[in-house]
Amino acid sequence: MIITSLEYLPGMTVQRHLGLVQGSSVRSKHAGRDIMAGLKSIFGGELVGYTELLHESREEAVERLIQQAKSIEANAILNVRFSTSSIASGAAEIFVYGAAVQVANES
Amino acid sequence: MIDAIMFAVLLLLGFGFGQLSEKRHYRSIIRREKELQPIVVVGSKHPPTGEKFRQVLVVGNVVVASDYFKSFVASLVNIFGGRVRTYEPLLDRGRREALLRVKEQAHALGALQVFNIKYETSRIGGRVTTIEVLAYGTALLDSTLTTEPAMHSGSDEMSASAPLSIAN
Repeated sequence: MIITSLEYLPGMTVQRHLGLVQGSSVRSKHAGRDIMAGLKSIFGGELVGYTELLHESREEAVERLIQQAKSIEANAILNVRFSTSSIASGAAEIFVYGAAVQVANES
Repeated sequence: MIDAIMFAVLLLLGFGFGQLSEKRHYRSIIRREKELQPIVVVGSKHPPTGEKFRQVLVVGNVVVASDYFKSFVASLVNIFGGRVRTYEPLLDRGRREALLRVKEQAHALGALQVFNIKYETSRIGGRVTTIEVLAYGTALLDSTLTTEPAMHSGSDEMSASAPLSIAN
């Protein structure tokens, strides 16, 4: 599965366009981590707990994106975009979407 | 009375540690920016045609908090309006750090170019202003490279910046 934020693949041609595929994930950290992050934020600097949380969440969303693309027999996803919205304090929704296509090498 | 003392202590702690961590962060950013200078990151959507590349999505994110003192100063400035100087370094640090993580991943994959870079900034709830910055783009790899690059990033501060495991 090729995943790219570009609109085309150099050296390859799009043979079929299969429509939009998407993946999302909502996560929140457990209370302990939230309290620690709250304390840490007084002093400023990176909140590693939240960075990890959002990174994992994004990985999961991408995993779901790939699953959906596989189920419609795509072999590439073009023009991938991320979007984040915070739903409540400490919980965020990660949304990722792109165009599922079938590509083949240019002969 | 106790509240007032707590407030003063928090302000002092925020001021002291906030300045310290900001200075340290900037030193680290400047050093790594020099190291990663050979990697070209552009906003263009059009990679050179005619050559074959393998494309890998590279993603870097970071959550940074301002500190108690800076947030307090900002809330005062907010009353009168105007330029909120205490938040400017926060956003600058977040953006540069996220981009550095993208570059570190590209470097770990052996890529020298990243195309179509996008930024996204979101606010994370809490009393102290906290933001997340996400940067992502497409790393172009020489398609003649057959060995799978190690899924490892060279960041010395972060363990969470491993590439999303979606290399084709």
